[in-house]
Amino acid sequence: MNPILEFLTRKRGRKKLSFSDTLSYFYLFLGVLIMFGPIVWLIFSSFKSPIEIARFPPRFFPYTQETVLVEGYDEPLQLFEVTLEDGSEAVLAQVRRVGLEAQMVDPDNPDEIIRVNIADREPVERIRFNLDNYITGIRGFNFGRYLWNSIIVTVAATILTLLVNSMAAFALAKYKFPGRQTIFLTMIATLMVPLSVVLVPIFLVITRIGWNNNLLGIIVPVAATPTGVFLLRQYMLTIPNELMDAARIDGASEWRIYAQIILPLAKPALAVLTIFSVMWRWNDFLWPLIVLSRSEYFTLQVGLAAFQGEHMVQWNLILAMTVLTLLPITIVFAFLQRHITTGIATTGLK
Amino acid sequence: MAELSKTKKYESFFGSIGHAIVSGFDVFFGSIQKITGIKGIPYLFVLPNLLIFGIFILYPMILNFVYAFTGGRSFFPDQRTFVGTSNFERLFTCENFLLPNTCREDLFWRAVHNTVVFVIAQVILMILFSLITALILNRDIKWRGFFRSVYFYPCLLSPIVVGLIWQWILMDSGALNGILTGLGIGKQPFLVRANWARFWVIMVSVWAQMGFYTLILLAGLQSIPADLYEAASIDGANKWKAFSNITMPLLMPTMVVVIVLTLIRAVQVFEIIYAFTGGGPGTATLYLVQFIYNYGFASPNRQFGVAAAASLVMASVLIVLTLAQLAARREESY
Repeated sequence: MNPILEFLTRKRGRKKLSFSDTLSYFYLFLGVLIMFGPIVWLIFSSFKSPIEIARFPPRFFPYTQETVLVEGYDEPLQLFEVTLEDGSEAVLAQVRRVGLEAQMVDPDNPDEIIRVNIADREPVERIRFNLDNYITGIRGFNFGRYLWNSIIVTVAATILTLLVNSMAAFALAKYKFPGRQTIFLTMIATLMVPLSVVLVPIFLVITRIGWNNNLLGIIVPVAATPTGVFLLRQYMLTIPNELMDAARIDGASEWRIYAQIILPLAKPALAVLTIFSVMWRWNDFLWPLIVLSRSEYFTLQVGLAAFQGEHMVQWNLILAMTVLTLLPITIVFAFLQRHITTGIATTGLK
Repeated sequence: MAELSKTKKYESFFGSIGHAIVSGFDVFFGSIQKITGIKGIPYLFVLPNLLIFGIFILYPMILNFVYAFTGGRSFFPDQRTFVGTSNFERLFTCENFLLPNTCREDLFWRAVHNTVVFVIAQVILMILFSLITALILNRDIKWRGFFRSVYFYPCLLSPIVVGLIWQWILMDSGALNGILTGLGIGKQPFLVRANWARFWVIMVSVWAQMGFYTLILLAGLQSIPADLYEAASIDGANKWKAFSNITMPLLMPTMVVVIVLTLIRAVQVFEIIYAFTGGGPGTATLYLVQFIYNYGFASPNRQFGVAAAASLVMASVLIVLTLAQLAARREESY
């Protein structure tokens, strides 16, 4: 026992854990519980039957009652553990319930009906991850379509964001031209004024262009993010101008200097903007909700909101579809988490 | 071997596509460079961004003024009549600004009140929790990467997902009430009683966003040179002294940026709350952006003028906060 305890409490300097270390780990694990608990609870709940969902107080694991097919009955019968009158216990299948009395049969001996007081029986239950909610839910939730739309929007908007913003950042960082200050300051001034503040006029612009119910309407307007220009410009300022001069002497055009010298060198900043852009676009909710009203254009988030609206109280279905919605980004995060967290931390300001 | 050559083939395939795109643009840019000389090139580079920025951000902002100073029901500006500042007067007609019920647009003032309380409480809690977490993660901790990722994970969830998860946990027959019942405390009306709902809206938004600020503060902490602490301990400084004389002053620039960021985001809060409480119960969690959204899109008789006027009021608050952030950034870059 002692060596194990010693191993567990050992830290880098081979010293024992001090009181403040213990407190730190306690805080961190409590934090994990609070951060991750709701997600785990959501996932487990998504496998529960409607009956189990409505149960209060709820149980952590998704239990379902065991059923058995008995000769002479078309439907599977529910299994119960029954205390018989003589005190012995048996596992019986319930045929029907009449008031306080349950009519049951022994699955091995289906001809004889046994009458049992309902207080004397306990359901036979097992933890089962039942996919029923997912199968039923997906009929009203066009997951493939929404996922596809979300991917298109995220990928297209991110590529457009990277291209348009890196070009502007390149010009603002590497050239001195009349109007540069004005452009930069105008962008900075709008850096933090959110889309939500000018919802009505943007919606008017979109309507005039005819981009209602068009994925372009949620891809293009958000592409020129001042944040992105700012981030990339600051990074490009650190790239030495001598590189560009050398390339010019070799006869490279300005476009080639941008595409083949500056962009490859700005990769870390581009990576951070990619992370941000994917996070923003994947999770966009308000703007797509306004622009898209036809379900074939819904993104996952809007689709989920609509699904919730339609299935108000059917929590089992809503939870299953919520799990489906958070699955893609969770998988991406699981693989790239180190890059994402360190990326944000290094260049890190939104 | 076959596998390897296959990936190489793909690589060269995509490589040649990339090459073709670059060359294509090069022809285009090159010919313009011939006409305008190098002077025209920067304008060409900012043009796509400026177009999108101008059409979808700048122009709508100007349009917003048009809406704010015109009245009528029409969505199209040319069918609206000029009404001067009457939309603003409507918003600011109030006997006592502290009592929303005495105001003409009582919902607006309710939203203002709620937003002020929300912003103060949320920013304090957000900074507190992310700072504590960052300080702890900055210690000699095992599995730091794991903890960092776990705390950051909720930042990846969309507002609708966050809203649904917490509705499910906090509902009358939800998990938290289950736990409280088990402990003998009994059910609490979390989403029914106004103050409970206000409390949970703050907690849920902290839950959903604190990981991001933890990352930034942790990066700030890790950029503090370790030899400073060594020198301090040689000089006999205790941990608290080291914290207040080294950690806090050197973390301050990062802190200021984080505070301003959380402030700006808190003023704009909408999506999470829209998905979580929908502004309810009643108007208990109705905040400014939702007020604008309701007046502009959701209510049966839309009042674009009032919505636009409200958004201008809010934008002026945000601009003040943004200027504060810029000042903070300048300070940070020496």
